[in-house]
Amino acid sequence: MSLTTAPSRNTLGFTPPVRKAPGRAPMSRTTSTRIGDWLVFVLLSVGAVVMIAPLAWMVSTSLKTKNEVFALPPVWIPEVPQWETYVRMWQDSSILTGFQNSFIVAASVTVLGMITCSMAAFAIAKMRLPFRNLIFIGMLTGIMIPYPTLMIPQFVMFSRIGWVDTLLPLIVPAIFGNILVIFFLRQYLENVPNSIIEAAKIDGANFWQIFWRLIFPIIRPAVAAQFILWFMMVWNDYLAPILYLNTPERQTLQVVIANMNVQYATQRDYPLIMAASFVALLPILAIFLIFQRQIIESVALTGTKG
Amino acid sequence: MAGSASRLHRSEHRWALAFVAAPVIGYLLFTLYPVCFAVYASLTNWNGLGVMRFVGLDNYVRLLSDANFLESIYNTFFYMIGIPIGLAVSLALAVAMNRKIVGLTAFRTIYYVPVISSLAAIAILWQWAYNGDFGLVNQALALVGIDGPNWLASTFWAKPAIILMAIWKGLGFSMILYLAAIQSVPRSLYEAAQLDGANGWQRFRTITLPMVRPVTFFLVVTNVIGGAQLFTEVNIMTPTGGPEYSTASAVWHIWRQAFKYQQMGYATAMAIVLGLLILVVTLIQFRLNRRNSFDID
Repeated sequence: MSLTTAPSRNTLGFTPPVRKAPGRAPMSRTTSTRIGDWLVFVLLSVGAVVMIAPLAWMVSTSLKTKNEVFALPPVWIPEVPQWETYVRMWQDSSILTGFQNSFIVAASVTVLGMITCSMAAFAIAKMRLPFRNLIFIGMLTGIMIPYPTLMIPQFVMFSRIGWVDTLLPLIVPAIFGNILVIFFLRQYLENVPNSIIEAAKIDGANFWQIFWRLIFPIIRPAVAAQFILWFMMVWNDYLAPILYLNTPERQTLQVVIANMNVQYATQRDYPLIMAASFVALLPILAIFLIFQRQIIESVALTGTKG
Repeated sequence: MAGSASRLHRSEHRWALAFVAAPVIGYLLFTLYPVCFAVYASLTNWNGLGVMRFVGLDNYVRLLSDANFLESIYNTFFYMIGIPIGLAVSLALAVAMNRKIVGLTAFRTIYYVPVISSLAAIAILWQWAYNGDFGLVNQALALVGIDGPNWLASTFWAKPAIILMAIWKGLGFSMILYLAAIQSVPRSLYEAAQLDGANGWQRFRTITLPMVRPVTFFLVVTNVIGGAQLFTEVNIMTPTGGPEYSTASAVWHIWRQAFKYQQMGYATAMAIVLGLLILVVTLIQFRLNRRNSFDID
């Protein structure tokens, strides 16, 4: 029951020592704040229902019979949940291969890409690097060029070396590093004192040892945060995969469900489509629910520092 | 002494170059070379496989009178109506969440779930939700007595439908950034304003809004860049570009010209125009931002 329920939470960690209570009419102020809080709570709840309703409806549709899907008035909760839809969907073997392919792409891009990114960030932030400005400006211009402008030439490049319909065009360019990730890690490294690197040099460590034994453990929290965000981004990517992947068993999950959407819609099998789509977003949803605090914090950090 | 120091420096230079080698090579191979190639390809008549016949600026002249391309550019700009709406709603949400109320973490999580969800799955879901007869949206509208349209089949409603979905999906992201910005506003500012008799709206307008300006700028810039590249929603929800091409976005049109009709040279010219448009709009935003910005401390 504190009297200082001001609309803004104090993040600076100090309270002005002079004021013991708000100057004017403390009672009415708290009641109005409390009414305000209730009003806000109700509004946020309504909003939360709107946010979650489509996803809930997706799950509900996936458990309906085909008749219930097209019932009027609409059925909100299926009478007998059709769990077998979630068994039936695996008969379309491309869902399983879709999972595998998406995992191969997302895991190899993020694991290898994070290593190249952290090494580059270390060199840019902490080492004597020749042509630093040139490298920096070059990378900045790289950010300015949107993928659609690059997609046709890249496609032609990869088709000439026979990489179309393989996962390589999705993996190889990405493991050379992501400029935004490099910038973020560089920011993080600015807070690491140079003295510890100098000390390691005097101890006779070479730069690989300094990077791997000293720097990498220090920046691990930042690396972990970027790793998760990048993994999600690659997992959810759709444009590049549909350019390159034609054979169903070589497609990533997003392409697989998009194709199922077209294929099964003609059979009006919406429960199956919804089941597959829901399963496709489950892994990321699970990662998010487990690491939500870290994810939201690193998103806030990236945005405010960016 | 000086010699050994410079030898050490040279060795450090080599290490540093080795450490940045991957992104630099990646940049040369997968950005710089493709850009140069794109510029050349845009000046040719080319199907992606055969000879590239140099045609000068013909492709650029052609696209100026290509009704479908112009329509797709118009649609792409139209979609950006959703950006200010989304930002206003998410700022309101962030202000609302900046209170000590129960269930804050739960709210934050719920509003953020659409952000992390796969866009393909979300687009599939919303395509079904917009179904005129059996979709969730019209069922919800029916509860309040509104007879909803067949959203994605209507030239008038298809674009708003996609905008609505995009707002729903992006709300949580902007909200989190705004919330972080609002929480870092020194509370003394609000207290001083309160002592001066400023009411809630005045405090919002004169303190909160200017203080979250950098975040607004960041969100507008990134949303415009992202919105200009809208593709997945369009391709999944309206596989034919919508009724009378009413949902076709620029990237969708480019993709179709290049990969369905093998007009690689022409599509590359359109892609370059799109890239330049994005660049110009972004530069204008930076200019405006610099002119309007002021120092708070």
